[in-house]
Amino acid sequence: MADNLQLLFDAPLLIVQLLLDGILIGAIFAVAAYGMALVWGVMNVINVVQGEYVMLGGFIAFQLTLWDINPFLGVPVAAVILFVLGIAIYYGIIRRVVDKDLFISLLATFGLSILMQQLMNQIWGSQVRTAQSGLSTWFLFDYQVTVSQVKLVAFAGALMIGVLLILFLKRTRLGQAIRATAQNPRAARVLGIDTDRVFAATYGINAALCGAAGAFVVMAYSVHPYTGLPYTVRSFMIVVVAGLGNLPAVILAGLGLGASETMAGFILGVQFQVAFVFCLLVIILVFRNTMLGRKRRYLK
Amino acid sequence: MLGRLLRTCLAVLGLAALAAGPANAKVEGDTIYLGAAISLTGKYAANGEHTQRGYDLAVKMINDAGGVTVDGKQYKLAVIYYDDESTPARGAQLAERLINQDGVEYMLGPYSSGLTEAMAPVTEQYGIPMIEANGASISLFQNGYKYLFAVLSTTEQYLASSVALAAELAEREGRDPSTLTLAAAFENDPFSQDIRTGVLADSEKYGITVVIDDQLPPELNDMAATLAKVKALKPDVLVVSGHDKGASLAIRQIEEMRVDVPMLALTHCDSADIIGNFGAAAEYTLCSSQWAPTLSYSDDLFGSAGDFAVLFEETYGYAPPYQAAESAAAVQVFADAFERAGSFDKDAVRDAIAATKMETFYGNIEFDETGRNIAKPMVLYQVQDGNYVVVAPTKWAEAEVRYPTPPWAER
Repeated sequence: MADNLQLLFDAPLLIVQLLLDGILIGAIFAVAAYGMALVWGVMNVINVVQGEYVMLGGFIAFQLTLWDINPFLGVPVAAVILFVLGIAIYYGIIRRVVDKDLFISLLATFGLSILMQQLMNQIWGSQVRTAQSGLSTWFLFDYQVTVSQVKLVAFAGALMIGVLLILFLKRTRLGQAIRATAQNPRAARVLGIDTDRVFAATYGINAALCGAAGAFVVMAYSVHPYTGLPYTVRSFMIVVVAGLGNLPAVILAGLGLGASETMAGFILGVQFQVAFVFCLLVIILVFRNTMLGRKRRYLK
Repeated sequence: MLGRLLRTCLAVLGLAALAAGPANAKVEGDTIYLGAAISLTGKYAANGEHTQRGYDLAVKMINDAGGVTVDGKQYKLAVIYYDDESTPARGAQLAERLINQDGVEYMLGPYSSGLTEAMAPVTEQYGIPMIEANGASISLFQNGYKYLFAVLSTTEQYLASSVALAAELAEREGRDPSTLTLAAAFENDPFSQDIRTGVLADSEKYGITVVIDDQLPPELNDMAATLAKVKALKPDVLVVSGHDKGASLAIRQIEEMRVDVPMLALTHCDSADIIGNFGAAAEYTLCSSQWAPTLSYSDDLFGSAGDFAVLFEETYGYAPPYQAAESAAAVQVFADAFERAGSFDKDAVRDAIAATKMETFYGNIEFDETGRNIAKPMVLYQVQDGNYVVVAPTKWAEAEVRYPTPPWAER
C-alpha cells in the first residue's frame, strides 16, 4: 500500500488518470441510479432487477452490432425496447406488489432478476459480450493520460439524460403527476391523478434508463447475463447516499463513488475495491443516522 | 377399515423399496452406459455444451467403428446426461442420482473445477471411476482420490510456460532472467488463484521480481486501477487470468490506455474470441491452451488433431475449442480401459484406467498416482496476423515468437 502511495507521489499524472477513469464509470452508475431513485421514491419499491435491465440493454446493443448496425443506435433502441418491457412487467408483476410490504416487492424483483439472467443466458449464451464503437482514444501529456472517447460519450450521454429527466419531471404534466404521486399517492388519487398509469410510466422510464446505460456499458466495458449485480448494488448505494428525489445529488454521488472506488482500487489493491464500496456505504449510513439523530434532538 | 389402510400403506412402502433399488443400468444388452452431469444451463452453459459435444462426437465415432470389445463381445457406448445448472450442490445430487437410481458405474466429468470438486467425493465414496476433462484445479488431486482421473493439464501449468518463455527470450538477448519484472492480475476464484500460484512459483525459480500482484474480484468490470500501475512500473511481462471476462477486459483496456508491455500472457483467449472481438488489438498476445488443432498428435479413431477439428466443424458448425477436444479424449480413455480390463467390474476398470498409456489426437495420456495426466504439456499460442499460432514449447512451435511487442505508438 505504501508503494502504491509512493507511486502516486512520483507520478502525479496517475491521479489524473485514475480520477478520470473513475468519474467516467461513475456516470454510467448514475444513470441506473436515477431510475432506482425514481422507482423507490414514487412506488416505494426497491427494484433489485436494475442490473439485469442494464445487461439486457447491453445485449440489445450487441445484437444490433451482429446485424451491422452502429451500437450507438443501441442507446435509443435499448431505451425504447426496455420502456415497453418495463411497462409490460409493471402490469404483469409489479402492480400486484406495489402497495404491499417492502419485503414482498424485494422478493418479486429478486425472482424477476433470476428469471431474466436465465433468459439472457438462453438467448445470448454465457459468453462475455462487447460491442466495438469504432471510436478511438485521446492522449494527454505525452501518452501518460488516456481518455477513451466512447467513455467520454457515455459520460456526456449520462449527463444529458439526467438533465432531460429533470426537465421532464419539472415541466411536463406526466412529470408533475409523478412528483405529486411521490409526495402522497392517496392525495394524488383524490385530485384525479391515475396513479396506476403514473406507476407504469415510472417503471417504464426506469427500465429505459437502465437500457440506455447498458448500451454504454457494452461499448465501454462488457456485458454478461450474470454480472448485473454490481450495477444493482451501486445504484442502491448511490440512492442511499443521495437520497430519493434529488437527481443532481444522484449524479454527484455516482461520480464520487466511481472516482473513490478507482482510487481505492489503486491504493489498497483491486481485491479491496468492492470491499471499499461496502465500507463506504456503512460509514455513510452511520454518519447520516447520527446527523438525523442530532436534528431530531434539536427539534425536541 | 384401519387394517385395510395399514395394508395399503405397506404395499406402497414395498413398491417404493423395489423402485429405489439400483436399476443396474451400467451395461444393458450390448450397451455400456456412462453417466455425466453437465452444465447445460447457468453460467457455464456455453462451455458445458462444448463438453457434451466432445463426449457425443467420441461416442458416435467409437460406435461407428464397431464399438468396444470386452471379453470377445462388442458393446456400444451411451451417455446418460443430466443438467447440473452450473451449481455444485446440484452436481453432487445428480452424481448420487446417476449412481443410486440409474445404476451408472462409470462417470464422465462435468464442466469446471468447481463442479468436479463437488462430484468427486460422491464418486469416490461409491468407488465409481470418473474420467474428467474439464476440472483443471490442482487441488482436486491433493485429496488422495483413487477413482478420479483427468486427461487435461492441471492449473499450475497454465501460464508457467509463459514465464519460462520470458526467461528464455531474456537469455537470448544476453540479459539475466533475474533482472526481469513481472506483473500479475488474477481473478479471485480458486481456479485463477491456482494458476497464480504456478506463475509465482516459476517466477521465483528464475529469480524474476513480481512488482504487481493484484487479485481481481469476480464482479469487477474494470481493470483501470491495475493497468495504471502497470503503466507506471513498466514490467517486462504482464500475466492476466480471469476467465473470458478477464481476457476481454485486458485486451480492451490495454489498447484503450495504451499500456506498453513487451510480453502479455492470458488464459481463455479462444473462448473469449479476442481475435474476433478486438482484431488488431489482440496481436502479439500469448495465450495458454490445453490443445491446438495444429499439433502433431494423432490416433486411429479421429486421425490427427487437425482431422478432429475438421470433423467437429462439419458436425457442429464451428471450430472446436479445446474443451471439446479434451472431452472427446476422456471417452477414448474409457473405451480403451474397458478393452484392457476385459470386464465390467468397476475396480478392474479403475485399475485399467490407472495403467493407461495411450496416444490420442488430443495428446499423450498417462496418469500419475494422483490421477493427473502427466504426459501432455500446455501449449502457448501467440496471435500473429489474426491467427493463433503455437510458439511454445519449442517442440511443437509452428513459428517463432514475436517479441518484444512494439509500443502502441508504433503499432
